[in-house]
Amino acid sequence: MFNYIIRRVLYAIPILIGVNVLTFALFFMVNSPDDMARAHLGTKHITPQAVAQWKTQHGYDKPLFLNPDNTGINMFTDTLFYTKSLSLFLFDFGVSDAGRDIGHDIKQRMWPSLAIALPVLFIGLLVNITFAMLMAFFRASYIDVSGVILCVVLMSISSLFYIISGQFLIGKILRLVPISGYDTGWHAFKFVLLPVVIGIVGGIGAGSRWYRTIFLEEMGKDYVRTARAKGLAEVKVLFKHVLKNALIPILTGIVAVIPLLFLGSLILESFFGIPGLGSYTIDAIQQQDFAIVRAMVFLGTILYIMGLIMTDISYTVVDPRIRIS
Amino acid sequence: MHLVVLWTDLLVYILVISIIGFMFWSSRHEHWRAPWRRLARSKLGMVSLMILLVYVAIGLLDSVHLQSNGRIRSAFDLLVSPLGVHHEQTYSAPFAKRLYNKKTVFLTDGQQQRIYPQLKHVNTVNIGLQVGIAAIESIAIWAIILALAMLIVARINKQTYVHTLNRVIRGQAQVPWRLLSIELFIIVFLIMLAVNLASHYHIFGTDKVGQDVFYETLKSIRTGLLIGTLATLVMLPFAIGFGITAGYFGGIIDDIVQYIYTTLSSIPAVLLIAAAVLSLQIYIANHPQVFPTVTERADIRLLALCVILGVTSWTILCRLLRGETFKLREMDYIQAAQALGTSRIKILFKHVLPNVMHIILISVVLDFSGLVLAEAVLSYVGVGVDPVTMSWGNMINAARLELAREPVVWWPLLAAFIFMFIFVLAANLLADAVRDALDPRIR
Repeated sequence: MFNYIIRRVLYAIPILIGVNVLTFALFFMVNSPDDMARAHLGTKHITPQAVAQWKTQHGYDKPLFLNPDNTGINMFTDTLFYTKSLSLFLFDFGVSDAGRDIGHDIKQRMWPSLAIALPVLFIGLLVNITFAMLMAFFRASYIDVSGVILCVVLMSISSLFYIISGQFLIGKILRLVPISGYDTGWHAFKFVLLPVVIGIVGGIGAGSRWYRTIFLEEMGKDYVRTARAKGLAEVKVLFKHVLKNALIPILTGIVAVIPLLFLGSLILESFFGIPGLGSYTIDAIQQQDFAIVRAMVFLGTILYIMGLIMTDISYTVVDPRIRIS
Repeated sequence: MHLVVLWTDLLVYILVISIIGFMFWSSRHEHWRAPWRRLARSKLGMVSLMILLVYVAIGLLDSVHLQSNGRIRSAFDLLVSPLGVHHEQTYSAPFAKRLYNKKTVFLTDGQQQRIYPQLKHVNTVNIGLQVGIAAIESIAIWAIILALAMLIVARINKQTYVHTLNRVIRGQAQVPWRLLSIELFIIVFLIMLAVNLASHYHIFGTDKVGQDVFYETLKSIRTGLLIGTLATLVMLPFAIGFGITAGYFGGIIDDIVQYIYTTLSSIPAVLLIAAAVLSLQIYIANHPQVFPTVTERADIRLLALCVILGVTSWTILCRLLRGETFKLREMDYIQAAQALGTSRIKILFKHVLPNVMHIILISVVLDFSGLVLAEAVLSYVGVGVDPVTMSWGNMINAARLELAREPVVWWPLLAAFIFMFIFVLAANLLADAVRDALDPRIR
């Protein structure tokens, strides 16, 4: 088991290097630091001095891969690739183009993101499983068919519609909760409530339909037929046997996305003014702050790979049939 | 006036030709005709297909661009000609006669007055009468289309005309013709209604700069369609090429392909798209000489967005195809082909590819609606299509803050959401029907 985890972690390293090189190529080779400086300074007041000054200020005045002015190891370390890209491996996210410490920002903004993302995931899971069980229990009846059609309808509605109409109806007309904002501690509850509800509603369509398929697949298996042949009540078959077995693919799927929760939800957070990592990323994109986008890409990749490894481990924990070789 | 072919137009033409080619090819192969027949019998599938065809027709008309007097306009613009140029000053509600805002006007005697100005391009007509005219027109058009369609159906089925009509009216035909003809009437009626009313009113109101919202909504169809189809078109060569070669050859090729797609899929999609679009924005901003007109710049950005969406989404299909090819490789008929000395290229194209075709097709139709929805979100994030391109995402993004106004400006949002919803819903239902018809496991 331990060896297996080590091997998986080692396997992640070439992937991370690939991502690192790819983002570096996107940000530094498609556009030179000069282009970035010009984009930031605006088109009107560009002088070579201003460009050079901007580059020095933000540490973009080094060559890409190889610095011929230095000797020895410094030839490689005093370059953009080393200072801006490889340093991410040490979780040194550097300073944003606006001059803020990215690592510090991330640590602070992680918690509001989690305050939204965690309840959306877990309450949503409960809601989706309930609906899916209902549809599976009444399978091939009118309840099931109309449930599936309702799911497709819910899936076809843009997530922006859920957010905008929710804000308008509950925040503006009914005035039940504030439209946007955030507070610390327990006061955050009233700000978090609406985004969480909207996040859950937005996920019902795709989620319950997917879980319904899993339940139905499980119900077609031999052990279910055996249980019914024994004369077990349908409710007992469903809750005691099918649910437990169907939870294996559902829960392992959940494990894969748990690390990504730290990144938060881009649009929910920015619509509701929640100072999480999602709105951080959107702000960075809109202000063209490349240092932050680069850091978030790398962080997102690490979290994704962590999710994959955790999924594999959880498979072996919940399903004793799977052995790691 | 001469034809201008934008890059996205060219790809649309290629796409249309290849779809027609595929339909022709599959109509001559019985194992493909069977699933299409199953699809034709599905009620939900056919109803949504018809809705999609209306959208596609508008999108195709909008993809033929003509240049005259230095302005690039599409065939669709010319068809709905006054709609695109009938600008008001700012917001006005659907069917309104006056502007949303008060304006200061100077009267003839030199005095000033704050009033709601009259709209420039609205003539008051009797709406009930217009609805009546539309109804009569649509019945006539509907009857003609239906008669012709039945004639063709009778020819294909080699039955008499009366017999065919009889079966359709009783709902006995295998294809749900009766349902489709009812749907056709509703569509024709709505179109005639829009044609009759849109020349007198702004039926969906106007937006902030006074542009007709109905026109904007219809123009957005092309953008949605392009995002949904071209991204897939871009993705297919990668997914198919890498997927089946990796699955068939295995070994080092398999390792390399696996490495590439794991790396790409490890980056959260939104972030990768954002990173790529941001780089592109800088590139366009610093090389203005490459894109002389606004239309061309917007077009290149749309194309680039499709390419980027394609590059980020090919990994899932690639993984599926690799797995399926892996299984096929061990099948007897492939082994037999190898034993007979068939070249590897020929095995891949003649024996493997046709047998994974259903997976490709299912994944293409399933991805479509997701891509259309993604466009709106990406435009909100600021990495979507160019701000001058009309798209549902841009409409929503521009109008979402106006809900805070008093009285509320709701019409651009609602128009965009409804057109997008119908489009995506039809696409989702069709995708389900296609999957049911094609997937051998479901049968």
